Amino acid sequence: MGDNILTIRGLHAGVEGKEILRGVDLSVGKGETHVLLGPNGSGKTTLMNVLMGHPRYEVYAGDAAFDGEELLALPTHERARRGLFLSFQTPEEIPGVTVENMLRTARQAITGKKAGVMAFRKELAAALETLKMDADWASRYLNVGFSGGEKKRTEILQLLMLKPKLALLDETDSGLDVDAVRVVSNGVKAFRTTENACLIITHNANILSALSVDGAHVLLDGRIVKSGGAELVEEIGTHGYAHFLGGER
Amino acid sequence: MAKQKTFIEDIERALYDVRGEDRPRYRSESGLTEEIVRDISERKHDPDWMTEMRLKALAVYNEISLPGWGPDLSALDMEKIATYVQPDAQMAGRWEDVPDEIRDTFDRLGIPEAEKESLAGVGAQYDSEVVYHSIQTSLTKQGVVYTDMETALREHEDLVRAHFMKLVPPKDHKFAALHGAVWSGGSFVYVPAGVEVKIPLQSYFRLNAPGAGQFEHTLIIVEKGASLHFIEGCSAPKYNVTNLHAGCVELYVKEGARLRYSTIENWSKNMMNLNTKRALVEKGGLIEWVSGSFGSRVSMLYPTSILSGEGARCEFTGVTFAGRGQHLDTGATVVHAAPRTSSVINTRSISKDGGVAVYRSGVKVTAGAKGAKCAVNCESLMLDDVSRSDTIPVMDVREDDADVGHEAKIGRISDEAIYYLTSRGIKEDEARAMIVRGFVEPIAKALPMEYAVEMNNLIDLELEGTRG
Repeated sequence: MGDNILTIRGLHAGVEGKEILRGVDLSVGKGETHVLLGPNGSGKTTLMNVLMGHPRYEVYAGDAAFDGEELLALPTHERARRGLFLSFQTPEEIPGVTVENMLRTARQAITGKKAGVMAFRKELAAALETLKMDADWASRYLNVGFSGGEKKRTEILQLLMLKPKLALLDETDSGLDVDAVRVVSNGVKAFRTTENACLIITHNANILSALSVDGAHVLLDGRIVKSGGAELVEEIGTHGYAHFLGGER
Repeated sequence: MAKQKTFIEDIERALYDVRGEDRPRYRSESGLTEEIVRDISERKHDPDWMTEMRLKALAVYNEISLPGWGPDLSALDMEKIATYVQPDAQMAGRWEDVPDEIRDTFDRLGIPEAEKESLAGVGAQYDSEVVYHSIQTSLTKQGVVYTDMETALREHEDLVRAHFMKLVPPKDHKFAALHGAVWSGGSFVYVPAGVEVKIPLQSYFRLNAPGAGQFEHTLIIVEKGASLHFIEGCSAPKYNVTNLHAGCVELYVKEGARLRYSTIENWSKNMMNLNTKRALVEKGGLIEWVSGSFGSRVSMLYPTSILSGEGARCEFTGVTFAGRGQHLDTGATVVHAAPRTSSVINTRSISKDGGVAVYRSGVKVTAGAKGAKCAVNCESLMLDDVSRSDTIPVMDVREDDADVGHEAKIGRISDEAIYYLTSRGIKEDEARAMIVRGFVEPIAKALPMEYAVEMNNLIDLELEGTRG
């Protein structure tokens, strides 16, 4: 228990009174990479947003301990400051705010310290390099006019710069070509240490190529119907969800 | 359900609200009569033609009615406005010679300091008269003239007579007529052919007297191939009575010349700001307007560019911020009257606490203006549910071979954008502030440095946060 970065127990949540998560139990250990699987509409993105604190989602029952502390009562920015990060499926465009400005502001908010200009720039340059992004990327307005793939890479850039304890990746690989998926996968690998963890939603095992998977969970109709190891990813890859759907009925 | 209050404070006005003691040398009676106009003309030692022009303008004023569109002007009662308030000071060429109290006012506004650091010349008007004017001698040696309008009328009478209210005739609208009748003060700039004025000139207009009007006239002539950056600032302390500003700006940009005209208007909220600005741009010339409208109770301001020569260009960049009790009706007008003329209009407006920000653009392309290009982009951001923004574009295109584009966006700060930034550890108030600053960023970049800082301070945010 004490080794878990995230422990979700009996979580019921939804939007405007409509329950989407119907009793989720899930744990992610420190230093581990977990995969969250499930067909469209099973509640994966809802789970991510409930954990991050999207204002539109409501929690009806259950709790989630993050690094030993109850998460669900905290405002979103406090969750981020405690080390939670969400890579969005469709990141927002923020006109007039550069990638660098946002990263610097976020870094200061999270660490509570002013980042030294030179050290910060150097770190940013290295992260850009890891993700095969041009140096002038940092001076572009955040996600404005970015292609889908550029937005995803910018999410991973934020991951590298903000160094969370747990990264939630919501289909960061969707809509990317094979090369871009590899870049993103390498980015996540560069982020991972024994001190942090990942919970990845994906429909595509390619993003996992550079990573070693410690756990996998199948979310179906708002419940975790199976948890297991890396082999579960392969099983779903080959057989899909038919087996579980059958089991439901 | 918790309701989000807007957290962006009104413009910090403490600096502007310090009143000077109201101790003019002379104050005309309130109201507008022929006697008052004659009295002003006499006190100002106008030449006869100017006196005549004033009286004709008065007749026009009495003939025509208020505009039948735009904001409510009923708070304006000309019977209660003193049109001429002469400060107790002579025009000076050294700040030491400006009376202490008036000098203190401009000190607080940072004018003498800016003059030392970043300006090639300064004019300062207090109520109806200019109390200070300076220009670097290196510019005078090149034939540049920068002085108050009264001096210009004495020393460059022919030049003034040939241009004064020729671009904005009194019959243009009621407040142009009013201006023609009672104008006083303002700046005159003449830049001879080929002279590049590399450091900006700045005129600052301060209206201190309660219940008074300010009617300064700015006339700028930039000759062939010359260039100039002119900055205009204005402010007033707040009173409970209505004040009126009806200035007039006439800009002549000759062949191949360039003029950048930057304005930061920060009048107090008892001000009716009914100002008229117009530029005539000849072949290959460029007028750049940078316009920040932050103050006043009511503003009607639509700088107009007449592109009269082939290849003449106009760039207009504007930001308007309407808070509680403000109705700011601003915009820009461009007339493409020659082939291959081009214009770019880029504006942002913000409204909050029940403020109303209306953007009006007028683009006219005359027949024969082949290859004319115009791109209008205006965006509005409403910070709460009680504020209003509108955009009213008017296009009149009479040439087939013209490319006129208009993009308008009116919106609110999206909850998703706030959520996105808060998910990065940024507090909600700071996230909103970032979004608002980002919204005006393209404009902030165009402002003179010190004004960009001022604008950021103004959007700098004091949080009220959420309320149960």
